Amino acid sequence: MHRKLWKALSGILVPLAAIAFWQLLSTKGWVNATILPSPMQVLTRWWAYLRPLDPFDPTQGPYWRWLLSGELPQDAMGSLYRVLVGFFIGAGLALPLGLAMGYSKLVNGLFNPLIQVLRPIPPIAYIPLSILWFGLGNPPAIFLISIGAFFPVLMNTVTGVQNVDSIYLRVGRNLGASRLTQFTRIILPAATPYIFTGARIGMGTAFIVVIVSEMIAVNNGLGYRILEAREYLWSDKIIAGMFTIGLLGLGIDTVMSRLSARMLRWHRGLEQS
Amino acid sequence: MGAPNGTSHISIRGVQKVFRTGGQEVAALKDIDLEIAPGEFVCLLGPSGCGKSTLLNAVAGFSLPTGGAIDIQGAPVKEPGPDRGMVFQEYALFPWMTVEQNIAFGLQIKGQPKAAIREKVDQLLTLLHLHDFRKRHPKDLSGGMRQRVAIARVLALDSPIMLMDEPFGALDALTRRNLQDELLRLWTELKKTILFVTHSIEESLYLADRTVVMTYRPGTIKRDLRITLPRPRDVASAEFNALKKELSQLLMEEQTRHNQDEFRGAAVD
Repeated sequence: MHRKLWKALSGILVPLAAIAFWQLLSTKGWVNATILPSPMQVLTRWWAYLRPLDPFDPTQGPYWRWLLSGELPQDAMGSLYRVLVGFFIGAGLALPLGLAMGYSKLVNGLFNPLIQVLRPIPPIAYIPLSILWFGLGNPPAIFLISIGAFFPVLMNTVTGVQNVDSIYLRVGRNLGASRLTQFTRIILPAATPYIFTGARIGMGTAFIVVIVSEMIAVNNGLGYRILEAREYLWSDKIIAGMFTIGLLGLGIDTVMSRLSARMLRWHRGLEQS
Repeated sequence: MGAPNGTSHISIRGVQKVFRTGGQEVAALKDIDLEIAPGEFVCLLGPSGCGKSTLLNAVAGFSLPTGGAIDIQGAPVKEPGPDRGMVFQEYALFPWMTVEQNIAFGLQIKGQPKAAIREKVDQLLTLLHLHDFRKRHPKDLSGGMRQRVAIARVLALDSPIMLMDEPFGALDALTRRNLQDELLRLWTELKKTILFVTHSIEESLYLADRTVVMTYRPGTIKRDLRITLPRPRDVASAEFNALKKELSQLLMEEQTRHNQDEFRGAAVD
């Protein structure tokens, strides 16, 4: 009982101490409030950012839509939309290519040199080109995000296919499986732990890139909003926005790991979360 | 010794296998002649490096011999196939499939109708006492259970030949004996031809109709011993132990050669 209580408490001790220290800095006036507003001030601003701007009006649509009509939910949904679309384009291209490269030495030999040259270029470095090609708004952002998601998924898929234990393929041949059956029922499932890892990393990269791309090419979304807040010296809104980004990122990663844990229940090396 | 040509189930004639590693040639098998009759239980016995697994893999079609011929019922072995189901030491169950999915896989490949597959899987689950575990994944099974599933997966193919590569080598003594008895029961019931690789003298004497002792590199046949002791065999009996002593002697000579090679650093396993 004692131990359980301690376990529950130990996780919030350090955050509480940090917030208390932060509050102390503000109330004592050690730090200028424009540079670092107090936690209470951030919280107040966060609520203002979150809540709906107009009172509920049933003629304007359902309740849930009103609930999400605040600036922050709109920004968060905009960012999430770009992340998801960009991720699915990037991962959707990387998966078949990765499977082909992992399976066939020929395909690997053809594509690998180009991939190795392009891979170290950070997605951020594509910003000028993306604006030149796609202008402003969602298209350049989605382009950048798909690049960010593409390489982690690709590399992990290639490794996953290459690392399929040869004994499974021997069993497959022994049971008389055709090449297609070997691919779909042995290689593909055997590689899924790697593919999921790649997807998780790719999703993380996509989330980083969406914030950056919104700061440059889009005029809504969480990344845009904290840059906009800086122009007005609203440090409380910047911090509120940053925490929102953090929580959303944590949420996405949790969903990804839950999803892969569910689908990989058979996997022996699965970490207990 | 052995069945006469023509009535053999597995016919191995003049088989050679040479491996090339780093410009060096290693003769793994040399002049192997072995005729195995339908329904016979044959053990290949020898120290590691004697090529017994190489010979099994050649019969399975995973790695064809560099010389000689292997025929299955008169037809030469060209590739692996479901007529020669193989049970591996490391189980090699598909971890993403449940027990019943593993067993059904070979039948699905054959394109059998769903109802027939379900019936066959059911029958095998009963035969190998796996019914309570049908929905489990391999990671949730003990070693002995996994090997039961691997055997069921091969039995599902209805292949007349079972190839077994040290299938019980990783199991504890009790589980091992248990599965040996189970295998003998299945073999009697289903009348399979079994080629079984082991390095355990006792295992080969307990199971086989014939024990083929192989020499250390190059692998040749040192002795082809017919075991006529009635089953179930009593491992404590005088006859059993006399045979055990005889085989120990033969095996020890080869083990010594293996050790000498190893001390010279020449053994590449």
